[in-house]
Amino acid sequence: MSRWEVVIGLETHAQLQTKSKIFSGSSIAFGAEPNVQANAVDIALPGVLPVLNREAVVCAIKFGLAVGATIAPRSIFARKNYFYPDLPKGYQISQFEIPVVAGGGLAIRVGAANDPNATATEKFVHLTRAHLEEDAGKSLHEDFHGRTGIDLNRAGTPLLEIVTEPDMRSSAEAVAYARALHSLVQWIGICDGNMQEGSFRCDANVSVRRPGEPLGTRREIKNLNSFRFMQQAIDFEVQWQINEITEGRAIRQATVLFDPDTGETRSMRSKEDAHDYRYFPDPDLLPLEIRPEWIAEVKAGLPELPQAMNARFQSEYGLSAYDASILTATRAMADFYIAAVAAAGAGNAKTVANWIMGELAARLNKNDMAVDASPISATQLAGLIQRIADNTISNNIAKKVFEALWNGEGSSADEIIEKQGLKQITDTGAIEALVDEVLAANQKSVEEFRAGKEKAFNALVGQAMKATKGKANPQQVTDLLKKKLGV
Amino acid sequence: MSDLFNSSLRQLAATLTARKISAVELATLFLDRIDRLNPGLNAFIALDRDKTLAQARAADEKLNAGAGGTALTGIPLAHKDIFCTKGWRTSCGSKMLENFVSPYDAHVVEKLAGAGMVTLGKLNMDEFAMGSSNETSHFGPVKNPWDVSRVPGGSSGGSAAAIAARLAPAATGTDTGGSIRQPAALCGLTGLKPTYGAVSRYGMIAFASSLDQAGPMAKSAEDCALLLNAMAGFDPRDSTSLERPTEDYARDLEKPLAGLRIGLPKEFFGDGMDADVRAAVDAALDEYRKLGAITVEVQLPNSGLSVPAYYVIAPAEASSNLSRFDGVRYGYRAPEYSDLAEMYSRSRAQGFGAEVKRRILIGTYVLSHGYYDAYYLKAQKIRRLIAADFQEAFKVCDVIMGPTSPSVAFAFGAKSADPVQMYLSDIYTISTNLAGLPGMSLPCGFGNNNMPVGLQIIGSWFGEAKMLNVAHQYQRVTDWHTRMPKESK
Amino acid sequence: MSLTLEDVARIALLSRIELSPAERESTRDQLNGILGFIEQLQAVNTTGIEPMAHAVDVVQRLRPDAVTETDRRADFQAVAPETEAGLYLVPRVVE
Repeated sequence: MSRWEVVIGLETHAQLQTKSKIFSGSSIAFGAEPNVQANAVDIALPGVLPVLNREAVVCAIKFGLAVGATIAPRSIFARKNYFYPDLPKGYQISQFEIPVVAGGGLAIRVGAANDPNATATEKFVHLTRAHLEEDAGKSLHEDFHGRTGIDLNRAGTPLLEIVTEPDMRSSAEAVAYARALHSLVQWIGICDGNMQEGSFRCDANVSVRRPGEPLGTRREIKNLNSFRFMQQAIDFEVQWQINEITEGRAIRQATVLFDPDTGETRSMRSKEDAHDYRYFPDPDLLPLEIRPEWIAEVKAGLPELPQAMNARFQSEYGLSAYDASILTATRAMADFYIAAVAAAGAGNAKTVANWIMGELAARLNKNDMAVDASPISATQLAGLIQRIADNTISNNIAKKVFEALWNGEGSSADEIIEKQGLKQITDTGAIEALVDEVLAANQKSVEEFRAGKEKAFNALVGQAMKATKGKANPQQVTDLLKKKLGV
Repeated sequence: MSDLFNSSLRQLAATLTARKISAVELATLFLDRIDRLNPGLNAFIALDRDKTLAQARAADEKLNAGAGGTALTGIPLAHKDIFCTKGWRTSCGSKMLENFVSPYDAHVVEKLAGAGMVTLGKLNMDEFAMGSSNETSHFGPVKNPWDVSRVPGGSSGGSAAAIAARLAPAATGTDTGGSIRQPAALCGLTGLKPTYGAVSRYGMIAFASSLDQAGPMAKSAEDCALLLNAMAGFDPRDSTSLERPTEDYARDLEKPLAGLRIGLPKEFFGDGMDADVRAAVDAALDEYRKLGAITVEVQLPNSGLSVPAYYVIAPAEASSNLSRFDGVRYGYRAPEYSDLAEMYSRSRAQGFGAEVKRRILIGTYVLSHGYYDAYYLKAQKIRRLIAADFQEAFKVCDVIMGPTSPSVAFAFGAKSADPVQMYLSDIYTISTNLAGLPGMSLPCGFGNNNMPVGLQIIGSWFGEAKMLNVAHQYQRVTDWHTRMPKESK
Repeated sequence: MSLTLEDVARIALLSRIELSPAERESTRDQLNGILGFIEQLQAVNTTGIEPMAHAVDVVQRLRPDAVTETDRRADFQAVAPETEAGLYLVPRVVE
């Protein structure tokens, strides 16, 4: 029997987008000089006390609503006790027995991220809980005479720890979930999603088993800060566990780190001590009460969620499921699309989708840019699409205008069309004169056409378009040519 | 003028506002007494004449201007060394913080300074407030001014001894299980532990966060009322600080006591109390009956469990609260270690004294895996039973009375060998901390060896003004609170 | 239930308090004395009683999300045992 089932659960720490820390008035801005954003509470001076940041709770409520979870009317902050130099109090304030968010889940699509023709599988990943807690500081191991430096700027940064059930069965599913979650937390505006800066960090609990058997012993891969590393780390870990078991060695529960240089996972030495966190309710913090009115207020301020928007794009604008899922993959993409449709008119919704997913996406990809950094704004793109729709320009000219907009040659499609004289020639008299000229100058083609050579007709259309630098309305040119040639 | 050191706060305020004495002169008078008498008592562990006099000069400017002062402007006081005081060494009685100069002020320190009070210095205490005799201080024990072979009580023993010897007219204290009331009783003073949440804990070094509460210690109830007016009040930096309208704790001082219902818990009048203490307490109750009060028997059936429940809850919280003392950001770091683990365990082994380590270990154990439910959770449930007993009792009485401590001040070393014996000296005070209730102690006579005896008054939640009224009316007709040790005169 | 020397060693490790072998023995005896005293709690029937974690029955107050603190690193590090380049230094931590 060679088949193995992989079982993965993820724990994600999302840094919440507040101005100040979860229990103090220090800034959480990234990149400050060491310890200048570590105030008396953050460095745990004797006698200081925590006071909860309201906005951190709002973020938790938003998340709970977005994943269809239960928001606890009363949740409790607890102390998780352990000694570590970047943990100034000797305990982390977290939630243990009663978290602020319980249950809920996330629908993910696996296997069709970049291919409209592939069949994606839908899957629902259940969440166990999400709770509020404070981040620790940072230990800097570069050489200070063989010592470690401690920077507590990050200590006290608000985190939402989001824990899934062991629902995922492959690294691809884990990554799909992580991507969906990453998109959602940014969508609802609670986390900036910056993985390089550590705003969104995942730990993966991985085990393997023969199908139908009870869960195997899991090992936890800590601090995965990119989707690529997540995939590599899980794949390596799975293979490692299978090899161990196959060779008769039992898996022991452990915390491991992924080394991107070697592509391997290894046990953390510092975590070898047996832990006993001695959780107990923090006597400095009272129960957190969240009344239904508060939840309703937060709900009213919540943006339309990706799943609802996806469905609406399909029903309202007639987009395909694939198109709708691409356009709702990130909040920035959806915002761009919605703004462009609003400016171009709902009747152009499909054209807008095609342009965003075609020309614009290709350009952004090529330049490694995100849609919110696009040099062409949604309004500019909409202006361009409107000129196609009203026959001011042809599709081909539109590409030229797009190019010019990208390069900043004008502030709107209209300005570029005007300035560069790209307006389509639709005056029948002018086109008739043009067609006469073309017929007179290309007798050879005319004869070939009359002799039954269909291609010669296309050459005549081409000549007419060339003479007007593509500005003549191709349909009118075709119609007039046919009339003159008596077809 | 020479007996100003024995005056009430109102008398001092009147003398200061009349400009018969300056704040600088008054502070100097006390500083000189401290220089003379403190070496025999060890009550003060930090003094800084320049800082004190600078504060006094500022108070004088306000007083000279004739406005901008408060009822306390220019009056000196001293702080228990548990309160962070900016620019002052704040040690909490521990080697761990022997070199810790606080970069900030506790809320209480800020408020009293804001009221114009002048800081005389920092007062000795049991290490991290863990003790009932002041024998656990890293800086040596405080001696009881009534008999220097005896303990002053604890943990606010320095505060009590300083006032008893008239080295300060008033002091701050903290009370986690009796640490204001028991030393007040043992040194013949008046001390009040407010309702939990009435005074901000910000800047008060935590022992057991759900029990700790700061309060005033002084010679009389009236003085305590004036001090509490300045100390209490909402502080947004303490999540457990209660948002309530400002109240004048002195408002009811002069109300007559006719019809007052005094609850006497039969559990407080059993075998545990020494005969001399009982005699003094009984006499005080007679005095109250003369003032028109009636006494009713009440029951606190679970109060006997308060000491064991406390010695689960308080060490559990303390074990976590004291984890921040790790030698990384401030405080003591062991001189020799081979790695991080050793740096931690040696810094803490060397920086903490025996009683503190004992409580950290007990606290760690009762929270540890497999024991949490049996100890910590169990104790928390019993805590609720104890609080419920009081709720029941206050249905039939206005205040509860009994002894503060089962005995008068004991000799050094008498209880330090057996931790449990020491813990039992707080048997009458601990239950109010568990319930969050206010309590106070006032002098009610003398027992064996002419040592002071304290009468405890327990009030209902936010019953401070009532308690102070009850205490003040007694002090109007008695003079125990004006007595002072011979050697201090 | 009374503690063994191994229990004491484990608790001391969790507490990060170094105990010499001799201290371990005396500590065991003292802790067992205290635990023996605490043991009387077990006899109380607490079925259905809600644990009481706080002295007051109120809920958490919330702070508006505003940056109110400024850089005070120099003040704070003036009392630190060992710092360099604005960092607190400790013996090397191995992950």
